[in-house]
Amino acid sequence: MGMTIIEKILARASGAAKVSPGDLVSVRVDTVVMFDNNFLPNIWREILKLDDPKKLVVVFDHRVPASDIPSAISHQNGRRFVEKFSIERFHDVGPKQGICHVLVADHAYALPGTVLVCSDSHTCSAGAFNCAARGVGAPDIMYAATKGETWYRVGETVRYQLEGALSPAVSMKDVFLHIAETYGEHTNTNVEYGGPALSNLSINARRTLATMSAELSAEFATFEADEVLLDYVRARNPAPFEAQAPDADAKYADVRTIKLDEMEPLVALPDTVLNNSRPVAEVAGERIDQAFIGSCANGTLDDLTVAAKVVAGRRVSPKVRLIVTPGSQTIYREAVSKGIIATLIEAGAVITNPTCGACSGGHLGVLGPNETCITASTRNFKGRMGDPSARIFMASPATVAASALKGAIADPSEFLR
Amino acid sequence: MKITGKVWKFGDNINTDLILPMKIYFLTPQEQTRYVFEANRPGWADEVEAGDIIIGGRNFGMGSSRPAARSLKNLGIGCLLADSINGLFYRNCVNWGFPALEIPGVDAAFDEGDTAEISFDDFGVRNVTTGAHLDGIAMPDQLLKIFKAGGIYPLLEAQGLIAPPA
Repeated sequence: MGMTIIEKILARASGAAKVSPGDLVSVRVDTVVMFDNNFLPNIWREILKLDDPKKLVVVFDHRVPASDIPSAISHQNGRRFVEKFSIERFHDVGPKQGICHVLVADHAYALPGTVLVCSDSHTCSAGAFNCAARGVGAPDIMYAATKGETWYRVGETVRYQLEGALSPAVSMKDVFLHIAETYGEHTNTNVEYGGPALSNLSINARRTLATMSAELSAEFATFEADEVLLDYVRARNPAPFEAQAPDADAKYADVRTIKLDEMEPLVALPDTVLNNSRPVAEVAGERIDQAFIGSCANGTLDDLTVAAKVVAGRRVSPKVRLIVTPGSQTIYREAVSKGIIATLIEAGAVITNPTCGACSGGHLGVLGPNETCITASTRNFKGRMGDPSARIFMASPATVAASALKGAIADPSEFLR
Repeated sequence: MKITGKVWKFGDNINTDLILPMKIYFLTPQEQTRYVFEANRPGWADEVEAGDIIIGGRNFGMGSSRPAARSLKNLGIGCLLADSINGLFYRNCVNWGFPALEIPGVDAAFDEGDTAEISFDDFGVRNVTTGAHLDGIAMPDQLLKIFKAGGIYPLLEAQGLIAPPA
């Protein structure tokens, strides 16, 4: 019996001919991504020896520029660490700033067929790069940075076979909400994405689905590598790599076909995305106070582009705060040069600097008691974005932008024909 | 190693933001424990006693990588049992040396207030109140070693790879 993509990458990294569900594997790690939370005083321990400084990437993203004193201290600790070990791939506040998973994509730090660790739960974002990447704990990062290895329990894999193409008002966020609604949680199970629709999907679109897979409670989320991906990586990172494809006789726990043509705009109701989404028409008219577009899942140039298309020449409702947070300075600059930022600002949006920001309720858009928000970010857990009494609906950037215009949850279709 | 304690039940899909909300992210680990489950079960952190057991349903601990397992450990929780535990949360239980076992069917086998007796020798649990016994999913030796060392930090510290707490 053959192996799935993730089984092949883990087999290779552990030096085994084959790994199977139920195994516990020790693997060598190719890339270690650290971010500001790792350096917070209540968790950071000074590292005395590193396995290999060249494997490291250091990013400040959760609260940048520092929103409070503990964050400022975490940045100071991080800068001292970078200097001590002469770490070259460092993204401080400034021109190379961004959310770590977005930077991993911008710079193709995640190479196909390799292993990347980061202690942010949305690290599965780099699964779009055919990379074994998943969130681990902060202590795991210390272990990987100092010893060059980590461990994984190998789970079974569910394969999602993507077919067809999306219609203009539908995005991979809606596809994710459909999967979470239909199949619920995937605890201890890997997800693998592939199929003929890949050629219709940008790297950004793939990243949205890969990133959101953390919300399925999945283990690894891994995409097949195609020429679009390989060209993207080669244009940004000269390092050699070997992409991994699933064996023809790979064993899956289930194979599920998703027809992209049949997808529609969905909205997740507050508190969870698991078995909790409705077609947008069923929640349309729900009044909102805030609309947010950003995060590692939805701060891409594609996301900003579609939001601008929806609001172009229109006005955000005076009762709504539309907050847009580009995923990185690179994306921000591109959005400026394409006129996207001007369009959003003219419509009444507030553009913030790249950061995790409102998504994790840290700063730049924290919700007050009993407020209602519709968000194109990663999570709608109770209390996630601020006060626990606030309600958080989740949808695509298009649906969020359309809702900001109307002052209430709205179908984006009329703006995107 | 055996753990015995009174059971508190929490159901399916308990997430990390409920255990360790962002608003108290910068407090000391010990201060953070007072806010465990504040949003979904206000006052519970004051009611629970050292050695008590948490039982979840499916997908316990979904969400962030934040050290929520550390909060449960510092609160004095004796053990976490659940039908299934999110993979990242499970890692963090091992990382911080907090006892946790996946035991399919455990949610249905206990009522709140029952007494649970858990063995980390055979990874089974007995409901002392009803007499029912369930087999859990074994923790691999490699992980058991990290867990018994008190987590990753003490291991790395002993090897001279990280500094002691500042």
